[in-house]
Amino acid sequence: MNIIVCVKQIIDPEIPTEQFKLDPATKRQVRGGLSLVISAYDQNALEVALQLKEKVGGTVTALSLGEPEAQGAVKSAMGMGADAGVLVTDSTLTGSDPFGVAHILAKAIRRIGAPDLVLVGCVSGDTGDKVMGPLLAEELGLPCLTFVSRIEVREGKAAARRIVEDGYEVVEAPLPLVASILSDDSNVPRYSKLKDIMVAARKTVPVWKAADLGVDMATVGSACQRLQLREVSIPQRDSRCELMNGDTPAEQAARLAERLRELKVI
Amino acid sequence: MVDVLVVVNEREALPSRNTLEVLGAARCLADGTQGKVKAAVLGEGVEGLAAGLFAGGADQVLWVEDPLLPDPRPETVVAALAEVVPRVAVQVVLMADDSCGREVAPRLAHRLQAGLVTEVMGVGAEAGAVRFRRQRYGGRCIIEIEATRLPVIGTVKPRSMEPAASRAEAGGEEVHMAIRLDPGLFPTRVLSKVAEEVRGVKLENARVIVSGGRGLKGPEPFRQLEELAQVLKGAVGATRAATDAGWVPLSWQVGQTGKSVSPELYIAVGISGAIQHLAGMSGSKTIVAINTDADAPIFKVAHLGIVGDFKAVLTPFTAKVKALAES
Repeated sequence: MNIIVCVKQIIDPEIPTEQFKLDPATKRQVRGGLSLVISAYDQNALEVALQLKEKVGGTVTALSLGEPEAQGAVKSAMGMGADAGVLVTDSTLTGSDPFGVAHILAKAIRRIGAPDLVLVGCVSGDTGDKVMGPLLAEELGLPCLTFVSRIEVREGKAAARRIVEDGYEVVEAPLPLVASILSDDSNVPRYSKLKDIMVAARKTVPVWKAADLGVDMATVGSACQRLQLREVSIPQRDSRCELMNGDTPAEQAARLAERLRELKVI
Repeated sequence: MVDVLVVVNEREALPSRNTLEVLGAARCLADGTQGKVKAAVLGEGVEGLAAGLFAGGADQVLWVEDPLLPDPRPETVVAALAEVVPRVAVQVVLMADDSCGREVAPRLAHRLQAGLVTEVMGVGAEAGAVRFRRQRYGGRCIIEIEATRLPVIGTVKPRSMEPAASRAEAGGEEVHMAIRLDPGLFPTRVLSKVAEEVRGVKLENARVIVSGGRGLKGPEPFRQLEELAQVLKGAVGATRAATDAGWVPLSWQVGQTGKSVSPELYIAVGISGAIQHLAGMSGSKTIVAINTDADAPIFKVAHLGIVGDFKAVLTPFTAKVKALAES
């Protein structure tokens, strides 16, 4: 069972509001001294992969496309238990839209070699796009399972729990396939052991460039975006939270109910 | 002129709130440009649905017929639309950002070499340019994007756009389009469906939502939230932390990966206000926060708040709300 997990390195999305800055020229978030993390749901995807490997054997490879420092994300995935990692980094790829990113990742996946499963997080923690799973499936010509939290594999097929509006469905599809992973209580990312982090830190992560992959340069880079970002703004909230006074929690609670009634909300 | 195709998946005689919101978005684009709104219903027609779609803003209802469509899967919808969209010549295709649309939109855009924009919260067309508004960085920013490639496929974030004003007497043209999908092309199969029980109102339709997070420290306090929700005739929601802990079903999750809601009243109990949660509820009209940590980010978006332990607050609050309701 060979599993490739795509991990995206992003600026920690849970920083306090005061630390969030935009670059007016690029209209993107300023990195500054903020810490970098693996996008949350990519970690769930990694956990799903590691559990599957523990059950049926095989290898887990972490693949990342990003800046050179995204090597850190690959290494932390290896610290969690991935057997190998690959980083694709190349300044000519910077600014690629999701179609470009899917094209590059698909090329890298093909070069890593015949996976049984390709897993991605169901949403990226920075742009909020939920499109990479479906785009990779199209790019690779594989079946696609989106928003799944659990996967079982047997006899060349996967059965996955796909989350829908009012519950879930169990969907079966033949391997190989692409799945986007949503978190639930079965795939909470494990903590890395210090020893494994140290071992991973000493490993070399292969770095691939566009030319190594045969990327079609007419589909990648900022010149090939299918949408143009025109404006970006930080919404100003005029509300200041009105805190309820009272000598006891019960008084505060009663005051809250009265205020809601005064405001005709209840 | 911007013509828009709206994708309709439902099997009910009345269009859903999601569909009406998507029709509303489509009308915004078409109205300013003398464009037309076409609603494509995939599968067997339901008696009366066309009237509801015309009233909701459709100029034309397109019945797309294929033996595989009565029980559509994302992959069959993608294949159907890949045939339909080039034949109807529209600039924009819109659908709801639900579990089907989230998969269909990117795959369709890939097949048609089209543009793609998801979780749309606003639209506009001027001087031939189609523009969309959406959040980025979990709602910390609002971005305006222009489609530089047409057609563009978009998903509309539920509860962030209004339905169009209902056109009671509206009628329109009905067109039937037969397509032929190859059953051999669809590898996924649904083995079973499990619906999670909902007591009272559905989360996405609720006027009042009482939500719990990590601060509840376990599944039991959700009983108290349910009790309060019942008094307020609302629904109970949860954060990712609560669903990840397995305290409540995933279908209760509000946030980036859960439901997107904008009720009149949102009561956040023991919720710190992670970006992932705020992305799904910050459009609520009135937000109330009850949390022990005065520095929690939830107080930055809340209108009213209590800094305190929910265990001491919730029972007297529920009692007072009940008393006010009865007075």
